[in-house]
Amino acid sequence: MSFEADGAGFFGSADGQRWGGRFMPEALVAALDELDVAWREAMADPRFVADFDAILREYAGLPSSLYYAERLSEKAGVRILLKREDLNHTGAHKIRNVLGQALLTKRMGKTRVIAETGAGQHGVASATAAAYFGLDCTVYMGAVDTRRQALNVARMNLLGAKVIPVDSGSATLKDAINEALRDWVASVDHTAYLFGTAAGPHPFPSMVRDFCRGIGDEARQQSLDQFGRLPDAVAACVGGGSNAIGLFTAFLDDADVDVYGFEAGGDGVDTDRHAATIHAGESGVLHGARTYVLQDEDGQTVESHSISAGLDYPGVGPQHAHLAQSGRAKYLPVTDAEAMDALALLSRTEGIIPAIESAHAVAGALRIADEVKAAKGPDATILVNLSGRGDKDMETAIDWFHLGETDDQEVRA
Amino acid sequence: MSVARAFETARAEGRAALIGYLPAGFPDIDGSISAMRTMVESGCDVIEVGLPYTDPVMDGPTIQTAAQQALEGGVRTRDVFRVVEAVAGTGAPTVVMTYWNPVERYGVERFAADLASAGGAGLITPDITPDFGQEWVAAADAHDLDKIFLVAPSSTDERIAMTTAECRGFVYATAVMGVTGARKATSDLAGPLVARARRTTDLPVAVGLGVSNGDQAAEIATIADGVIVGSAFVRTLLDHASDPAAGLAALSELPRDLAGGVRRG
Repeated sequence: MSFEADGAGFFGSADGQRWGGRFMPEALVAALDELDVAWREAMADPRFVADFDAILREYAGLPSSLYYAERLSEKAGVRILLKREDLNHTGAHKIRNVLGQALLTKRMGKTRVIAETGAGQHGVASATAAAYFGLDCTVYMGAVDTRRQALNVARMNLLGAKVIPVDSGSATLKDAINEALRDWVASVDHTAYLFGTAAGPHPFPSMVRDFCRGIGDEARQQSLDQFGRLPDAVAACVGGGSNAIGLFTAFLDDADVDVYGFEAGGDGVDTDRHAATIHAGESGVLHGARTYVLQDEDGQTVESHSISAGLDYPGVGPQHAHLAQSGRAKYLPVTDAEAMDALALLSRTEGIIPAIESAHAVAGALRIADEVKAAKGPDATILVNLSGRGDKDMETAIDWFHLGETDDQEVRA
Repeated sequence: MSVARAFETARAEGRAALIGYLPAGFPDIDGSISAMRTMVESGCDVIEVGLPYTDPVMDGPTIQTAAQQALEGGVRTRDVFRVVEAVAGTGAPTVVMTYWNPVERYGVERFAADLASAGGAGLITPDITPDFGQEWVAAADAHDLDKIFLVAPSSTDERIAMTTAECRGFVYATAVMGVTGARKATSDLAGPLVARARRTTDLPVAVGLGVSNGDQAAEIATIADGVIVGSAFVRTLLDHASDPAAGLAALSELPRDLAGGVRRG
């Protein structure tokens, strides 16, 4: 099976359902073509690749470590390895993508970047990259999200970025993307759109994946070096899916490694308040790509829900749609409550407070532990991408766990 | 009447055609029908019926507001065909302007069949290009519907040729790099774009985005075969939201001003 998109940006076989592509206004096609060419040339240029590696190493603190979470493993009944993307500069895997795209922006001679953000992690990462490279930066963020992620808004401001709250539609991530696209149509001659996830029109799904694939490339080698073997399964949370595809890519050709993506199940997939796009969505076109979309009978996008702003998106990267349909990866929903339980458990057992996004992956790993052990034996190992840290989520955690309300607070775990 | 005939008539009269847009279901379904009929009576040659969509990336705040209001009012894809039928009944060629996902969801072939049987003349598709719209091209050809794709100032000559070759009815040239909405000045990008499009096709070329008054219409009419106006109509209705009768009265004035413009041009 080929996991690469074809020249038009489609994943999948020519005779089956094809995912991705570029369903976009003509006004942006020239810019997307320009980006596609520039990206391919850059990736084939050893100097660009070396510059990118050096920035990741010296500035962003990469490679992130692979950590055997022993106390969590005892609870889970399988060996759990955590890829510590939470330790990266700015606190999440997102820094890889933005440094790659911003380096490319410099190479293309553009002077301004725009970005959309949900949780604010991509916005902070974009503002950081813009500061690092001396680019003007405007970040679009749903008005609902600017309220629930006020700390990240402040960080972006401090980094010199302009944050524009978006009130239209559901005032969340998808509307921030709409507004960023509207900006881009009018500014495309001097502005690059730093797309925050492995979704959207070609070449973004492939380009963002390639800038993030260091997660899996590092983790695979670290697993071999530190443990002498590959993991039996890899797991990541999936919103748009950049951290997941960044992890999965290195393992797709390892037939013995099972691949799991965990979507935001919100209040439960039997309710209408979730963001489990692959589980509950249907094929459609959103933000330039054919993929699974949460939509109604008329093709109107349905508002998603997740306790985690970073997973609160009614679409998903098209390569995940392909991996799901082809059966190479399995996608399962994890509810808000399961994710928060896992967040508390990881905090208490390992001293690591994960982002709520990443807590979905931890919860998912706990859920599949028995299944993986049954299939792979008592030494089974699950490698989990801990895509970000939880500092930004403390307000949500305070509300959820009623933290600080009594002296001897007992967190469910 | 076909779209081609409407352009021929306008050309015979020595003027540009006036194409007016409103979303179906705004302010409500019957209200949108009345408004579009008013636009026909007061001088619009072609009507564009918008299919409201949750994620209209090519629209500015005015049309977004109207589309959202229509969706909150419960407008459905099937209602759009009802509006098309009522407007086409006036004799004015009526095309639907829609983002792609509602068409795909409805079923491309079924959409084409239902649009044709409602008397619709064709479809304007702002967020797909012919290279990704072949399913629509086939369905439109099967039902003899017009296919109106957009060309933009950023389009290469090769892409303009590819796009106009797939168009039928007319070619939609976007006058500015940006989204829909009234603008004070007319863009200087429209002229060169129309000229580049004309080098590739004999189809009429109409210019849209940012045209909101008679003077701008007159200016565009000197360079193009048609003038497309959307946000200015929507704005007129939004400004009279509390008094629909006054809204219709104001709406009937706007085409007169614009129609004066397309005749002056």
